[in-house]
Amino acid sequence: MIELENITKVYRAGRMEVSALRGISCRIEDGEMVSLMGPSGSGKSTLMNIIGCLDKPTLGKYLFDGVEVSKLSDNKLAEIRNRKIGFVFQSFNLLPRATALANVELPLIYGGSGSHRQRALQALESVGLAHRAKHKPSELAGGEQQRVAIARALINNPSLILADEPTGNLDTQTSRGIMLLFKQLNQQGMTIVLVTHESDIAAYTRRTMKIRDGQIEALE
Amino acid sequence: MKLWDCFATALQTIFSHKLRSGLTMLGILIGVAAVISMVSLVRSEQAMVRESLESLGANLIFVTPGTPGAGGGIGGALASTSTLTLEDAEAIASDARSVSMVAPITQSTTEVVAGGENVGCLTLGVTVEYQYVRNFETEQGNFISGQDYMRSARVVVLGNELAETLFGQMSPLGQRLRINGRQFEVIGVLKSKGEAFGTEDQAAMIPLSTAQAVLSSERAGGSGHVIQAIAIQAKSRDAIGSAQWEINDILRRRHHIGPEGEDDFRVISMGDIARTADQMYAIGELIMAAIAGISLLVGGIGIMNIMLVSVTQRTREIGLRKAVGAKRRDILTQFLIEAAVLSLCGGAVGVALGWVIIKISAGVLASMGFPFPAILPGDVVALAVGVAICVGLTSGLYPAIRAARLDPIESLRHE
Ligand SMILES: Nc1ncnc2c1ncn2[C@@H]1O[C@H](COP(=O)(O)OP(=O)(O)OP(=O)(O)O)[C@@H](O)[C@H]1O
Ligand SMILES: [Mg+2]
Repeated sequence: MIELENITKVYRAGRMEVSALRGISCRIEDGEMVSLMGPSGSGKSTLMNIIGCLDKPTLGKYLFDGVEVSKLSDNKLAEIRNRKIGFVFQSFNLLPRATALANVELPLIYGGSGSHRQRALQALESVGLAHRAKHKPSELAGGEQQRVAIARALINNPSLILADEPTGNLDTQTSRGIMLLFKQLNQQGMTIVLVTHESDIAAYTRRTMKIRDGQIEALE
Repeated sequence: MKLWDCFATALQTIFSHKLRSGLTMLGILIGVAAVISMVSLVRSEQAMVRESLESLGANLIFVTPGTPGAGGGIGGALASTSTLTLEDAEAIASDARSVSMVAPITQSTTEVVAGGENVGCLTLGVTVEYQYVRNFETEQGNFISGQDYMRSARVVVLGNELAETLFGQMSPLGQRLRINGRQFEVIGVLKSKGEAFGTEDQAAMIPLSTAQAVLSSERAGGSGHVIQAIAIQAKSRDAIGSAQWEINDILRRRHHIGPEGEDDFRVISMGDIARTADQMYAIGELIMAAIAGISLLVGGIGIMNIMLVSVTQRTREIGLRKAVGAKRRDILTQFLIEAAVLSLCGGAVGVALGWVIIKISAGVLASMGFPFPAILPGDVVALAVGVAICVGLTSGLYPAIRAARLDPIESLRHE
């Protein structure tokens, strides 16, 4: 469960100060699927980074599963990202020289359980790409690459999936497939937060949060 | 993160960037190959010189005339008037307790004629002891015997090369030749001792008594029969030092040299010569080590350079690894292991390359007539590879720290 209370993020670039977030408060319950919309520069990615424990807010309180994140050490945050959160990026972020299987395995080696082929294969199978296990990202279509990235996000069986514009680089047809996959994962009980610019993508989610200038404009 | 996974990750990166990895290794590789081959060549040379010195005779001590400061050395005493006498040698033989054998020697430059051949060469007057003190073996015939000495026989033993010059392929045994006009019969030919000490190969040896009777132009003024050198064998390696003292003592007494007076003779042991040679080789090895150190340092800078570039190139990868749960120390370990594995591989290939260089040089030298043992110096291999890994780790440390400190969000945004 995600609880945000008056989250503020100020970036300092030299003497300039940019307030990316100005007092965001909201709750996202376990098992929800929420889309985050807003114009460019409104602070969506900044918020996702904070929710994903990649970044800490300048002010405010963030409780993830009841734990106050800003009080945790870097190592503890790394552990949370590894075990409880799966990231999906607009540009896939696969290791170009590693096979699909090796890419999916990546979070396992940082989880302390060691690499585990079988689990990685299962994860690939769950996104329908078991037959592409030995392929390098460059040999896969965009949609397939994003599926590999989703399999990587799933491998540690996280409770939360964060996807920042996951369909931003994909055509409508492929986007639909990816959204159906998210929907299916949500039905299995995973919490999903995704950023999108397109309202028909947002339509797949039950709730939409609209942000403008670092503030929540509307919560439906 | 398990250590095995760290290694697997590092190896994966190394193998998937073969060119970059190869270039990174190159500096270390060349450094290690250079050290190993250089040191090996110096050592082989040293071993050969040591062996030749040993073949000159075990526990050998030479006494020659002249003051310690003057030039000369073995066989260099010809020009000056010798202060040594046969009686000196006899006194050493009877009084010096650490000495097992004494061989007095006369030397003169002579003209040797056999058949049509006319050669200038060194003729040594020696006793039967000389063969044992100098550890000579005959290739044909026999060395000068006690009887030859007693009878002042007109017999001669030829050095290997001299025999060939005078008689070619013909067997010299029983042949007659003339030394300074006097007729001699060849009774033996010595085996060669190799390149390093070839003087005996070109010398003729006759009984000391004969030499004194027919060759010697100078006579000692009352003090005895002049000789040009004394070759002495100490009882053991440990007795060499005390033997030198005893010889010194006896000769100073016999030559009436007061406590303030300077020696009119020189006592040199083969050990002294070997030690001097060893010192020279130690310096040689040190210089090699310095050169090697510099080349390894350059190799280390190469590793650091390429790894810094690699960290920049792989910023996104590092960001991603952090996003999926890599801790700082995971990234640090990954890069350090990469550096260590690269330098270890560089070191290993360097050892192989060094061995090839050693083999080839030994082959080339052998084909040029210098038999050269190919030695792979184990201690140097271990040291060089150890240093290579240390260099790799130290030069990998800074890039690794840079990588570990990268901010995940910034890194993921990096193009
Ligand atoms: N590291 C940073 N340093 C300074 N300013 C930053 C930094 N990261 C983001 N910002 C600023 O914060 C604001 C919010 O950025 P953010 O990336 O969250 O926007 P976004 O909603 O994700 O936009 P887009 O839809 O284009 O991805 C922007 O004005 C941006 O310039
Ligand atoms: Mg964004």
